[in-house]
Amino acid sequence: MISFGGVAYPTAVMGALGLTFGALLAFASIKFFVKTDERISLIRDILPGANCGGCGYPGCDGYADGIVNGGAKTSLCAAGGPTLAQRVAEIMGVASDVSVPMRAVLKCKGSPSFSARNAVYEGIKDCRSAAVLPGGTPNACPYGCMGFGTCVEVCLFGALSIVDGLASIDPEKCVGCGACVAVCPKSALSLTPQGSRIQVVCNSNWKGPDVKKVCSVGCIGCSLCARVCPEKAITVENNLAAIDATKCTNCGTCMTKCPAKSINAILSRAAEISYSAEAV
Amino acid sequence: MNLLWIFLGAMLVNNIIFARFLGCCPFLGVSTKTETAKGMGMAVIFVLVLAAVMTWLAYHLVLVPLRLEYLYTLSFILIIAALVQFVELVLKKINPILYKSLGIFLPLITTNCAVLGVAVINMNENYTLIESIVNALGSSIGFLLAILLMSGIRERIDRNTNIPQCLHGLPIALVTAGLMSIAFMGFSGIIK
Repeated sequence: MISFGGVAYPTAVMGALGLTFGALLAFASIKFFVKTDERISLIRDILPGANCGGCGYPGCDGYADGIVNGGAKTSLCAAGGPTLAQRVAEIMGVASDVSVPMRAVLKCKGSPSFSARNAVYEGIKDCRSAAVLPGGTPNACPYGCMGFGTCVEVCLFGALSIVDGLASIDPEKCVGCGACVAVCPKSALSLTPQGSRIQVVCNSNWKGPDVKKVCSVGCIGCSLCARVCPEKAITVENNLAAIDATKCTNCGTCMTKCPAKSINAILSRAAEISYSAEAV
Repeated sequence: MNLLWIFLGAMLVNNIIFARFLGCCPFLGVSTKTETAKGMGMAVIFVLVLAAVMTWLAYHLVLVPLRLEYLYTLSFILIIAALVQFVELVLKKINPILYKSLGIFLPLITTNCAVLGVAVINMNENYTLIESIVNALGSSIGFLLAILLMSGIRERIDRNTNIPQCLHGLPIALVTAGLMSIAFMGFSGIIK
């Protein structure tokens, strides 16, 4: 026979204890109420609330506090972009320091049909796990995307997916927070300004003949692009071409001349899509 | 003299991390920088001592008279959680500087097993109120010592490029923690 009192008595005592503490906390929250700057909550309300940490503060609360009390810039939120920076600046009553909106791009085109594979990886489907194995990658090219989707997992905005064995970034969804760039063990992802549409889609520092052995679309470091570029925006270092986004005018000359087809036009946000249609 | 032994015993011989393995989560999570490790250690000292007083009072003045000693786990958790919330509210009002320096660590250690663990040890050992406070002080200073040592070592490890890739980060930290634990076993036998 279960005694009812044996259950009710401790329940009542614990309940009373809980109520006492609850009342005490309620009392304390009124008695010790601290008036916080209302701009903090105003800013907090318009921040995206994804707590991605891209601004360098611990979450959106931390950033709101940092803007009001720590003198943080109003434009650090990549997810909110310039529109948000403008609104935050209005709340703070300062001029907006709008930053260049960024976007992630994959510096690799070596899907299985273009680039050889040395091994079949059967382990945990995570690039970080694959990268610590001897050899560091199942790909023949040690610089390329492995396509196990670690970047897809860390993207809070659903902008990444794996298409044809490579990470694919949806420019409509990417906010340029840099979470995928930080997690990629091959450093095959990078952030570039949204306006720069011409990208070198290769990450390999190998010499041309070595690249040719393993990948048909890798940058061979021939420097042709650097020579044809009318703006002198391209340099070749460590056998890899790099485009200076501040000089590039997106003319696309390098893309048409590249013998390895390792320079691509990246489709950007809706307004810019018409451009790539005429360039390609 | 007894109090001194309790203090030293809690700090070194039965170090809360290296001998009792309580509070390993912040020990590994917050020990990457000496500065944050210090903040965490200070917050632990603060909360542990307060929690030891409150749980001792609650146990001996509420649970024992009501013959509900078996509810100690539940009520200790309740007390510690409410206490930290309360202290946070009060600190924010009366001492914003201390509130700022403890920062995020204060709510973090609400749910830490080290805090509950010391409260339970105090109860099991039948410590008096003074002995409980001394034990809590010793344990939390032991925690500060452990996390400070660990963060100093980890800062140097992070700069070392000779570590194999597969040991980077947490693996090498766990190996380090194990070695430190063995080193702390050298203190055993000082106090019976």
